[in-house]
Amino acid sequence: MNRSNLALWLPLAIFAGLFALFVGRLLHPGDTVVASAFVGNPLPQFDLPAANVGRPGLSTAAFRTGRPKLLNVFASWCVPCAAEAPQLEALARAGVEVDGVAIHDQADDLARFLAANGNPYAAIGRDDARKVQLAIGSSGVPETYVIDGRGVIRYQHIGDIRPEDVPMLLDRVKAAGGGS
Amino acid sequence: MRLLLSLVLLLACAVPAAAQENVPPAPFAYRQLDNPEQEARAKALMVTLRCVMCQSQSIADSDAPIAGDMRSEVRTRIARGEDPEHIRQWLIARYGDYVSYTPQVKPITWPLFAAPVVFLALAALLLRGRFARARPGDMA
Repeated sequence: MNRSNLALWLPLAIFAGLFALFVGRLLHPGDTVVASAFVGNPLPQFDLPAANVGRPGLSTAAFRTGRPKLLNVFASWCVPCAAEAPQLEALARAGVEVDGVAIHDQADDLARFLAANGNPYAAIGRDDARKVQLAIGSSGVPETYVIDGRGVIRYQHIGDIRPEDVPMLLDRVKAAGGGS
Repeated sequence: MRLLLSLVLLLACAVPAAAQENVPPAPFAYRQLDNPEQEARAKALMVTLRCVMCQSQSIADSDAPIAGDMRSEVRTRIARGEDPEHIRQWLIARYGDYVSYTPQVKPITWPLFAAPVVFLALAALLLRGRFARARPGDMA
């Protein structure tokens, strides 16, 4: 191929390459969730008030009991949170303590949500301005964190917990228990 | 009739989203700081921070509830006298480099900062070559 031929075909080749790239990314947009970069760090200091639904509030001290726990970031207005409720119940039945952080929520909405979907929570803290959610690098609801017995974040599960995620989360909790 | 029905359906779908508004937004989500100099500093930082929900917008532009809470967090910290770059690092520690639109100097970003220098050096070399060749022609 001589030089003028190359000059003739190069733009078309570049166009074809870009076209393939754009079509590829349109068909497979890829992962857009923002994972927490804070996994491996101790939970930041917080003390959330109770949500007035018959459960105590939630503070960092509750995670330094020597036993691993799940921290579930949820809200009564969040539809996938209702979908994962049976899985949280299953985890609680398996002996894992589940503590909730309720985002932008109020007592009567929460009470209605818990009455409809079950209440697996040992404690629920109200996070009205997402202070705790931002402090642990959570970018939405629902998200579930595995916290070890010393209050260190071991794992972040983004999105609702599906039935097939339950054994994996139980393993993570068990591993976090062994590490403390 | 069909239009009415679809309107009713649309409104019914809008309820879960509106439910988030039952609780008032964070104190500084939609309120500027009283001190204009501090507000300017907060604003300058907020336009360079990515909303983690609607990811192509800055938290200054986005109307997502979490962006409002991030604005409130930024303004509260600025009002307390915290350095904007310190707040950026606080967020990067939690959400990764992706949360900042301003690139950080790191091993992986060095080409970004080195490229202008490399291009300038290349341009200087090319120009030198041209001038060196042009000189004999001038004299002719």
